[in-house]
Amino acid sequence: MPPSPPIAVERLVKIYKTIPAVDGISFSLAPGSITGLLGGNGAGKTTTIATIMGLITPTSGRVTVLGADLPKQRYRVLHRMNFESPYVEVPMRLTVRHNMTVFGKLYGVEDLRGRIAELGRQLDLTDLLDRPTGRLSAGQKTRVSLAKALINNPEVLLLDEPTASLDPDTADWVRAHLERYCHEHQATVLLASHNMAEVERLCQRVIIMKRGRIEDDDAPEKLLARYGRRTLEEVFLDVARGSGVVTEAAQ
Amino acid sequence: MTVRHAEGAYSISAQRVGAMMLRYWYLLRSSWPRLLDLVYWPTVQMVTWGFLQYYIANNAGFFARAGGTFIGAVLLWDILFRGQLGFSISFLEEMWSRNIGNLMMSPLRPIELIVALMAMSVVRLAVGAVPVTFLAIAFFGFNLYGLGLALVAFFFNLMLTSWAIGIFVSGLILRNGMGAENLAWSIMFLFMPLTCVYYPVTTLPVWLQPVAWALPPTYVFEGMRELLIHHAFRGDLMLDSLALNAVLFAAGLFGFLKLLESARRHGSLMQTGE
Repeated sequence: MPPSPPIAVERLVKIYKTIPAVDGISFSLAPGSITGLLGGNGAGKTTTIATIMGLITPTSGRVTVLGADLPKQRYRVLHRMNFESPYVEVPMRLTVRHNMTVFGKLYGVEDLRGRIAELGRQLDLTDLLDRPTGRLSAGQKTRVSLAKALINNPEVLLLDEPTASLDPDTADWVRAHLERYCHEHQATVLLASHNMAEVERLCQRVIIMKRGRIEDDDAPEKLLARYGRRTLEEVFLDVARGSGVVTEAAQ
Repeated sequence: MTVRHAEGAYSISAQRVGAMMLRYWYLLRSSWPRLLDLVYWPTVQMVTWGFLQYYIANNAGFFARAGGTFIGAVLLWDILFRGQLGFSISFLEEMWSRNIGNLMMSPLRPIELIVALMAMSVVRLAVGAVPVTFLAIAFFGFNLYGLGLALVAFFFNLMLTSWAIGIFVSGLILRNGMGAENLAWSIMFLFMPLTCVYYPVTTLPVWLQPVAWALPPTYVFEGMRELLIHHAFRGDLMLDSLALNAVLFAAGLFGFLKLLESARRHGSLMQTGE
């Protein structure tokens, strides 16, 4: 029997009262891959990611992560996953080191001091470790959030807008670090983003959502070819505005 | 680097509970106004009621015999009120800092969060109330510790009630967001007239007395008066209180878990914040 994929979503439905946020989507991710989840506001990206993390109970359908059924069996795998999202923050009053210590203990990280020092070096946080997180700049806070997301060397990493509101230099730095981490650890990443350049650079596969459904799902270069576009942003706009796929005849 | 973990939704890890206590301790010591707030109000309460007691004792024979009833009631009420508030404020810190999502998506079990909050309510109470008990000795000659073993029974029962209420209110906040925050600050005041903190249950109208006897703290305050006025420790009252507390605590925990489940269904955990 082949090993189960790190993340598998089958016919996932999430309805809030009467409004479907996610409407019967299915996909599975290959080990060690980076997949982009694209879609406009309200497309269902955050709900999908939160459901995969076990923060939201699906109305129907099935989500498995590293072989465990979520949310029922989430405690079997939560220590092997992590995430970063603009919907949550690393506590501002605690110093960076205190935050890392608390999260490291929650995730059961051994040699925690060594791990914090290592992350400090890798994410250029060494000089900031003893400063209150709330007194850092936006870019520094993002690096702290990333450090929290990587504290347990996760096999599955879920990222919701990891470079939102960052200047281009810091955003590029964060992307480079993520790329390196995934390459070195063979981590599986699901990345929700509105930044098309980021998705083009990082992702081997792109899933485009609209109104809770998957509109398209392929490698970036194949999407570009299918829509007859030069950038993913143009593809995204085609999907968002319902322009659709450019057929061979039309081309 | 390796990651240790315990499987199972109901297993409790001392390390994770310790991590949460460490978080609250870091938070507490990072802010002197937070520390001052722990001591300030109990002191004001104790001093006010202490002078009132002093005045009444000098003008009424009965109260002269019932020395310390008011101050004792104030200090015990503070255990109940501060116990719940200590639990709820630590929980609210997670909501204010938008950290609850981090915790709910970490390996921390809800029961571990509750145990950490209970432990921190004791720590906060110790920081806030212990100095006040010494002030009561210095100002009014009232020694709460003179209650001896009875104090342990009073304390344990009052803490159980405060935790049960704190747990349930936290569930309401998780489910309904910060709109329910005011409950954390005010719910215990509903108990003040009904649990007969400052007067015997017989003072209440007859129809209201069964309500009072359905609440565990009523037995503690009655027990305290018995001890201070008649010098008799009523173990039966403490056992009644304990039995009611067991029911109340189980109901609070059950309510919290159901509200958390409902919050996961409604996506409320994504909509927290200041």
